[in-house]
Amino acid sequence: MTQTPAPTRRAKSGPPLRDEKLKQRRAEARTGYAFLLPWLLGFILLTAGPMISSLYLSFTNYNLFEAPKWIGFENYTKLFQDDRFIQSVKVTLTYVVFGTPAKLIAALAIAMLLNSKRRGRGFYRSAFYVPSLIGASVSVAIVWKAMFGDAGPVDQILSFFGIGIGGWVGNPSMTMPMMILLTVWQFGAPMIIFLAGLKQVPAEMYEAAEMDGAGSVRKFLSITLPLLSPVIFFNLLMETIHAFQIFASAFIISNGSGGPAGSTMFYTLYLYLRGFGDFRMGYASAMAWLLLIVIGIITLIFFKTSNNWVHYSGDEK
Amino acid sequence: MTSTALKTPPAAGTAPAEPAARDPKSRTILGKSLKTLLFHGVTLALIAVVMYPAVWMVSSSFKPSSEIVGNAAIWSENFSFDNFVKAMDGIGGVSTLQFFGNSLILAVGSVIGVVLSSTVTAYAFTRINFPGRKLFFTLMIVTLLLPFHVVIIPQYIIFQQLGLVDTFIPLLLGKFLGAEAFFVFLMVQFMRNLPRELDEAARIDGAGHVRIFRSIMLPLMKPSIITASIFAFIWSWNDFLGPLLYLNSPDKYPLPLALRLFVDQTQSSDYGAMIAMSVLALLPVLLFFLIFQRHIVEGVSTQGLKG
Repeated sequence: MTQTPAPTRRAKSGPPLRDEKLKQRRAEARTGYAFLLPWLLGFILLTAGPMISSLYLSFTNYNLFEAPKWIGFENYTKLFQDDRFIQSVKVTLTYVVFGTPAKLIAALAIAMLLNSKRRGRGFYRSAFYVPSLIGASVSVAIVWKAMFGDAGPVDQILSFFGIGIGGWVGNPSMTMPMMILLTVWQFGAPMIIFLAGLKQVPAEMYEAAEMDGAGSVRKFLSITLPLLSPVIFFNLLMETIHAFQIFASAFIISNGSGGPAGSTMFYTLYLYLRGFGDFRMGYASAMAWLLLIVIGIITLIFFKTSNNWVHYSGDEK
Repeated sequence: MTSTALKTPPAAGTAPAEPAARDPKSRTILGKSLKTLLFHGVTLALIAVVMYPAVWMVSSSFKPSSEIVGNAAIWSENFSFDNFVKAMDGIGGVSTLQFFGNSLILAVGSVIGVVLSSTVTAYAFTRINFPGRKLFFTLMIVTLLLPFHVVIIPQYIIFQQLGLVDTFIPLLLGKFLGAEAFFVFLMVQFMRNLPRELDEAARIDGAGHVRIFRSIMLPLMKPSIITASIFAFIWSWNDFLGPLLYLNSPDKYPLPLALRLFVDQTQSSDYGAMIAMSVLALLPVLLFFLIFQRHIVEGVSTQGLKG
């Protein structure tokens, strides 16, 4: 992909000044490529190249030890007859569809609570951010498993209120709420981005609205939400993409099995089990490409529909 | 990006509207302090809920195993350091100190790699003119949205064929080659806001790009370098999938993998040591947070890091 700076039409024999300029520009381009070289190498060797080869592998049978065998669309058609794959899609979509909005609502609510001139704001927002920093770690997954285990602390607390569940980790219908709680718990990162967005809302707008007799619901719907829509858009996109890729916590909580009863068989966990457990690299590559396509489509839909609900104040930058 | 942003209060968005016109002054003040009290009460209660898992974790690490399971209480009569002593013994014949050392090598290596590659790349994108710059920049942005899983299988195959599996190289090489587009993007955003007059003046004085980059840009980029370093460190420290794929021998394991091994082998029999080790594994992250809190929170609000 490295285009060497091509000699342009004007390279002929122009006036010496022009030659000088051209030389300079070429030197500039050479320096540019020299500075870009590490990234360019990384891009070709670790991103673009692997992408192309994983696309190729997705049409093959490959177990890492024998040469890949071309099988056309077989991996893709097989996927849709694979119950565990279907299960992983269901699990992941449930998680994305319920977890992401819940997390963003929590983030926005707390951001609005903290968006006032009050003492301790810095401390509060830092405290709420801590789970985002540690939430995806193995440590927290272990603790989560212990907390939500049979007769664990969470159950104890719930029993106190008369709603004991009797263990979440081993109960296939309760593992999803548990995983969603884990992602909602990490609302701190989008919250801080919301706070930065709320800072930009001019106070005069609220004052003017109050003069017109707007209540707090009205102010929220007509001022806060529209002015915050670019930030909501950003958070929604990022958190959705992020949610599709959940791995470590699902792996630890289910001991890498996706259980009980496939209830934590997240997409990436199944991809991992297929690729690095059974060495079915072609099959796993097909899964990876499907994920890429789905994320691509979702991103596209977000951007296409954003015109309808994302309002940019025209004078930004 | 000014470092004072955290201290300066923002424009009061939802500041409580004081119906000052109707109420006598004294009642307004009373109402105000009541509202403040309510605010702090509600916020602290929420923080208690959010912090409960972390606090329970730390307190459990000091409790005997028998008191951990099924115990929601934070307080115990039998606090001791036994769990930590056991956790430090390690697992599979490898001491926990070694796991710490491995994590540290990976994290420090990541920081060095990320800082070197992302500053150099950002400089190329923002300050040097070359054909194809726009195209490459667009490609870089696109990789921001790319799920990592699309590249792991071929990457694994490449490293396997080079005989580099079970070394740290696959986990570090990408950092030195700017493969984590997020950091490049962060640097580009920051560098764009640095005044161009500075390097233009230096150019007139005859300084080349290398010199401008080293003596003018790098010092000015300190705030963003600090932010990138913190996140590179923490992300590497918490990373699980990468080491899970590439490392096989326990003496090379970083903490997250060691933890998993620990869980596999002890199962629920020794909750105390398991949780103590989890606490140990998180310690550096929490320390980083305490020290660099301001940079972390600002990094998130200006660049949208996910954390």
